[in-house]
Amino acid sequence: MSLYQQVRALLYKEIVLEWRSRYALNGILLYVVSTIFVCYLSFRGLQAVTWNALFWIIMLFASINAVTKSFVQESRGRQLYFYTIASAQAIILTKIIYNVFLLFLLAVLALFFYGIVFTNPVGDPALYLLAVVLGSISFASVFTLISSIASKASNSSALMAILSFPVIIPLLILLIKLSKNAMDGLDRASSYNEIAVLLAINLIVITVSLLLFPYLWRD
Amino acid sequence: MQKNWWKILASVLILYSVIAGFLFEVPRLPILHESIRNLYFHVPMWFTMIVLYLISVIYSIKYLSSGDEKHDLIAVEMVNTGIVFGFLGLVTGMIWANFTWGSPWPNDPKLNSAAIATLMYMAYIVLRGSMDEEQKRAKISAVYNVFAFPVMLVLLFILPRMTDSLHPGNGGNPGFNSYDLDSQMRLVFYPAVIGWILIGVWIANMRYRTRLIEINS
Repeated sequence: MSLYQQVRALLYKEIVLEWRSRYALNGILLYVVSTIFVCYLSFRGLQAVTWNALFWIIMLFASINAVTKSFVQESRGRQLYFYTIASAQAIILTKIIYNVFLLFLLAVLALFFYGIVFTNPVGDPALYLLAVVLGSISFASVFTLISSIASKASNSSALMAILSFPVIIPLLILLIKLSKNAMDGLDRASSYNEIAVLLAINLIVITVSLLLFPYLWRD
Repeated sequence: MQKNWWKILASVLILYSVIAGFLFEVPRLPILHESIRNLYFHVPMWFTMIVLYLISVIYSIKYLSSGDEKHDLIAVEMVNTGIVFGFLGLVTGMIWANFTWGSPWPNDPKLNSAAIATLMYMAYIVLRGSMDEEQKRAKISAVYNVFAFPVMLVLLFILPRMTDSLHPGNGGNPGFNSYDLDSQMRLVFYPAVIGWILIGVWIANMRYRTRLIEINS
């Protein structure tokens, strides 16, 4: 099978598995909604800068929780089975693509609910949505490989946070800046720099993941 | 003797840079005044740290392709030594910032980036501590090392340039080279950089050899 066919089959399997036991999906959606509600009850009103920063912090924690399970939940036996029928690149690529969709869904839902409880005018909604898309891609690409690293060690959930925070911070800084530009409704040309750097970092991270993952699973 | 010439060179260069750094003429600039001498100590620490991390990544890649335990030992000792130089860079920078910018930790992107880079490598050490099996530990930490390095480069060299910074060479500020690092200072600065890099490699090398003896005995 070609890489494309493998990725498609594996992606289908991920979605079917997720849909059958919806508890993981529902759990993470409930997690983000209740976090927002806790924030609402503790902050009440927010200033524009805080509104933006808080949204990304909520997304950061929800994303870590959502992605951590991508390698931990599968039993050793099942992983061994996948490894005999698919290439390592196909597996990591599938996980990244699947996590991008999952995190995008999560982010859109979070943004919708967040916008209801904390009303805040966004100057350029299309650009803000682009920031959310780029954010989902960045979180997914960074956290997927790190979750597979963390799943190999004991105490993986604590390790996941320690390993991923320093790596995600540069991306988070750029995302907050980009979405702040969108919120203020600045001219789009002023955000091209951030978008380009974000895309470049993601390209590097995904390439490095594809190169490194074969060393991780052979174990 | 033939093998050790670079160690003697390192000691001579450091000794020279310390003596010359405190005694030679320096340009009198507003705000900086005599504190400009810290350039000879603060900047070489960062250069040394980056060189050590770079060597570490090279050996991590070598480990992944060869599986030789020695390569893993070199990689981890380079990181251990690099973290010490990172802390020295932070401390010398904080002392300098306290006198020139008014507080030890002004909100400057380069400072924050350096702190995050240090966190990244401390996470590497924690990751190693969490696994007992040697081969697995070596392989997984090598993967993390290679994965984190490009992000650290972005953090240290690209992000600070996109925002305003107090450091020269960032946010449109010209680099040190272009206006105030005069030729007199270069005579001390470059030997200091080379000397500290050699000292860093020497320390890491000694730590590696100690580890090797511990394992073999």
